[in-house]
This record gives sequence, C-alpha cells and structure tokens, in this order.
Amino acid sequence: MHNKSVAELSRELESGRISSVELTQQFLERLQQEDGKYNSFITIAEEQAMADARVADEMRAAGRATAWTGVPFAHKDIFCTNGVRTTCGSKMLENFVPPYDATVTEKFRQAGAVCLGKTNMDEFAMGSSNESSFFGAVTNPWGLSSGEKRVPGGSSGGSAAAVAARLVPAATATDTGGSIRQPAALCGVTGLKPTYGRVSRYGMIAFASSLDQGGAIARSAEDNALMLNVMAGFDPKDSTSIDREVPDYTATLNEPLKGLKIGLPKEYFTDQLAPAMEEQVRNAVKEYETLGATVKEVSLPNAKLAIAAYYVIAPAEASANLSRFDGVRYGYRCEDPKDLMDMYTRTRAEGFGAEVKRRILVGTYALSHGYYDAYYLKAQKVRRLIQQDFASAFREVDVLMSPTSPSPAFIQGEKTSDPVTMYLEDIFTIAINLAGLPAMSVPAGFVDGLPVGLQIIGDYFAEARLLNAAHQFQQVTDWHQREPK
Amino acid sequence: MSISREDIEKVAVLARIKVDDKQVAALESDLGNILDLVDQLGAADTSDVAPMAHPLDAVQRLRADEVTETDQRAAFQAIAPATEDGLYLVPKVIE
Repeated sequence: MHNKSVAELSRELESGRISSVELTQQFLERLQQEDGKYNSFITIAEEQAMADARVADEMRAAGRATAWTGVPFAHKDIFCTNGVRTTCGSKMLENFVPPYDATVTEKFRQAGAVCLGKTNMDEFAMGSSNESSFFGAVTNPWGLSSGEKRVPGGSSGGSAAAVAARLVPAATATDTGGSIRQPAALCGVTGLKPTYGRVSRYGMIAFASSLDQGGAIARSAEDNALMLNVMAGFDPKDSTSIDREVPDYTATLNEPLKGLKIGLPKEYFTDQLAPAMEEQVRNAVKEYETLGATVKEVSLPNAKLAIAAYYVIAPAEASANLSRFDGVRYGYRCEDPKDLMDMYTRTRAEGFGAEVKRRILVGTYALSHGYYDAYYLKAQKVRRLIQQDFASAFREVDVLMSPTSPSPAFIQGEKTSDPVTMYLEDIFTIAINLAGLPAMSVPAGFVDGLPVGLQIIGDYFAEARLLNAAHQFQQVTDWHQREPK
Repeated sequence: MSISREDIEKVAVLARIKVDDKQVAALESDLGNILDLVDQLGAADTSDVAPMAHPLDAVQRLRADEVTETDQRAAFQAIAPATEDGLYLVPKVIE
C-alpha cells in the first residue's frame, strides 16, 4: 500500500478492499519502523491518526466520502493542529500545543484525510538543508545506500523526504524562497508552490508574510492537484487571501500540450549550473517539444538581484513576525528571569537557534533608524523590477522552465559554515516568491544517482496549467516513480 | 558593507536577544557577509520605481464591525508559561 498514490489509495478505500483504520495502522507501523533512518517526522500523532481514521470510515459508511476520506498524509510542522504539538522546528515551541487549527488543517480534516503527524523542517522555515531544526537534521533517502548522509533540502525537508521514502503519499509544505520546490527537487518528488494568496496562511506560523505560501508535496502532479483541490480558496481569516474561484485542478490534467509556449530564462542557464544538471533539464525540455510545445529563450534581466532583495525583505518581515515569541503568552520562557528585560533577552537567546537569530538581527538592522530607505524600501523597488521582468516574459510565453536548484543533494554539513553559501541554493527559486507567482518542481532525471528537478513557473493563478504540464510530462517519463534504494 | 561591534550590540538590544562577546565576534563576520550580498541592490536603478508591498497590489480588506469571536481566554492561557486570576505573569516591572 505504501507505494500507492493518493488517487490509488482513494480508489482502494472506495472499493471497500481496505478500511481507513486498517490503512492507517499499516502506515503508522511502517512510519515507526522506518523513520529512524531519515528523522523526517518531529511528531507521530498515533492516537489522533487512529481517531481520524475511525471518523473517515464513518464518513464513508454515511455516504459522505471525498477523494481524501481515509487517505493518510502529513502536515509540515508549521501548520497549527488543534491538540497536536506544533513546533516549527524550534526549541521556542518545543511544547506548544495549539488551541486551534490552521485553515489548511481544518480543510483536510473536513475532507476526512488522516494526518499521521508533523514533518521536520528548518527552524521557522529558515534554511535550505533542513539542518537548522532543533529536532535534528533530516536525511535524504537518496544516496543513503552508498553510506552518505545527504540533505533533503529545506525548509520542507521532512515533507519531501517522507514522501520520497514512501512513509506518506503526500504532505503539506510551505515556500517562502524555495522551501517546497528545492526539497522536492533534491528528494525526487513533485512540489507545488501556488500563487501568493491562493492558499490561506491562517494558522501557518509566519516567517515572511509577503512571501509565505502553503502548498503541496507528493510523488505525482495528479496528487498535487488533489492536494490543491483541498487547500486552495478564499479565507476571511487571512487578510492577504484572494477571493477568486477555485477550479477542479484534476479536470484539466489531460489537456494536450500542443502549442504550449515555453520560455527558458537565459539568466537561469549560467555557469552557476553544473553542466550535468543542465543536460538533464534540457532533455526534459526536449520531451516537451516532442509533446508539441514550442521553446524560446527569454530574459529576466533583474533576476540576479533576487537573492539580495530577498535577504532584506524576508529577514525584515521575520524580525517583526518573530517578535511575538517573548516568553509571555505561549512557548519557551527562560529559567529564573531577574527582570522583564532579562526574561525577554534570555528567552529569545535560548529559544531561537543560530540561523533564526542571524535573520532577526539582519532584519532589525535593515528596518532600524537611518537604514530603512537604503535597505527595505530599495529592496521593495527591486522587487517591482523583478515582477515586471516576469510580466514581460508572460506576454511572450505560457510557462517558464529552469532547473530548480543549481546542484543535486549535497552532503550534510557541507554548507553550514557560511550562511551566504547556503543562501545561493535558492538562486533559481527566490525570484518567483518575490513576484508572488506559482511554480512547481518536477522530477526530471538523475546526476550521479541523485534526483534533478525541473522548475515550471506560471503566470498568476495558472496552477491548473502547471499541473497539466507536469502531469503530461509524467505520462511519458517515469522519473517521479523511481524509488530510493 | 561591514557592521561594527557597537551596531551589533545595539541591534541585539532592539531585537531583545542576549548576545555574549564570543557571539558578537561571529556575528560581525556573518552579518557582514550577508550585508555584502545585500549591497548588490545598490547597482539597480530604481529612481522611477514604486515599491511593491503585495504581488497583486491588493489592499487591506475591511469587515463589518460586528462581534464574531467568542471568549477563549481559558484555552489560550492554558498554554502560557505563567498566569494567575486570568492574567499573564511576568517578572515585577514596578518596585
């Protein structure tokens, strides 16, 4: 059962060949046996999962089943789950049990899905290797057989590793600068970051509010479509949620790609990209030409400024968002504070890890008196330039394609000494968040036995088109079905 | 652009994060490197560009001025580090 997709598990349950309780037991057992190798989960919510499974079987018996009823999955530990610990990968929230559900959590609950637990992640979603988690690094299932422990990417590294290792068929994830797409690429699975505002951020612990977006990781585009069908939609509780109709994302998966216009941004095919990676990506693009698409080169002249703009905007917003962790209302509080200032400063010094503190300090600096115009305002202007580049590109083509990451999964510890080296992991993904566009990462080959991701970028609200393009590719390739040994 | 020890100490106070001398030294180099990266922004000509706050230029929605939330103080305070009589406890502020 563990090799089946969401769509297949849904059919198994529908046929009555297996109940949700039986299926959940099987998945929990496998999870408990296997996850020691990967550390992809922070919390396995056994009791809650079995309760969800019983509810799902009742829903089905009452004729109220949806495509998700009884299907096991996992939430990234950034989505608040009422009654189940939600840590965001931080000591600050080590014992935090939310008194409410995130909107995304609530939607999966209503659909009857069974949440097996909470997946590991970089602390407060800040990282590209899942090594900054207070609960330990996640190990990529790929490359493990050769005795090497490689990173799964980040920050949604737990979700990507768990899906790749067949511990769950699908998991939620979030993407602020590449945190869905880069781990999906490095773990050989399919990930979707929707348009900013498409999925509610309510109850999704905030990192950089103008960039954060919830999305999906699964093995196939079809399962991504099933996830987005549940997750997308207007939410009055999120002030930046967009009130716009949600299509059935599975309905257009089988549209032919004949006439699809693909743009290749020349700035994303530079010497920063390993030649072997480029070859895989170009082969994937050739596959699209066989399917009837046309290809042309386009230019995103300001793309090179994306990392610089991001490392002002994201830390600035993080410094404001993370000011709520003050040891007063919830979360960690230091021992024996001698006064209020001592309580604040020690609580935050002890509760946050090194990368989170670096970003809070950079953000505080960028927003401090005398620097606001030079940093934050300048970055917001550059952001507009980046958005305009994409707008001109989409006047010429339907989708853009590029590599998702500059190199395949690297060995743990290789990039931890210099934060800036790690930041360059997101060189091909960050501009998309600044512009607020939707994008996917789709398995597109291997280099030295490690997966390579193809990034497909769409115009605003073009998720259905992206899913269609990814699904058609997956009908003629089997990269997404390869299993780590 | 480099960042001085004094700047780091000042920013740490503003951010309410205690840093010791050893950490200040490490932060001097880490934050200096990050700010060097960020300084690439200076190369962009943004003289006629409006700053972008929301990708779709959406503005804040307003809702009707009606009571919609119920009182959940007990549930919220159950997860607080220290409370008494419905109040959050912090170290003494006024002598």
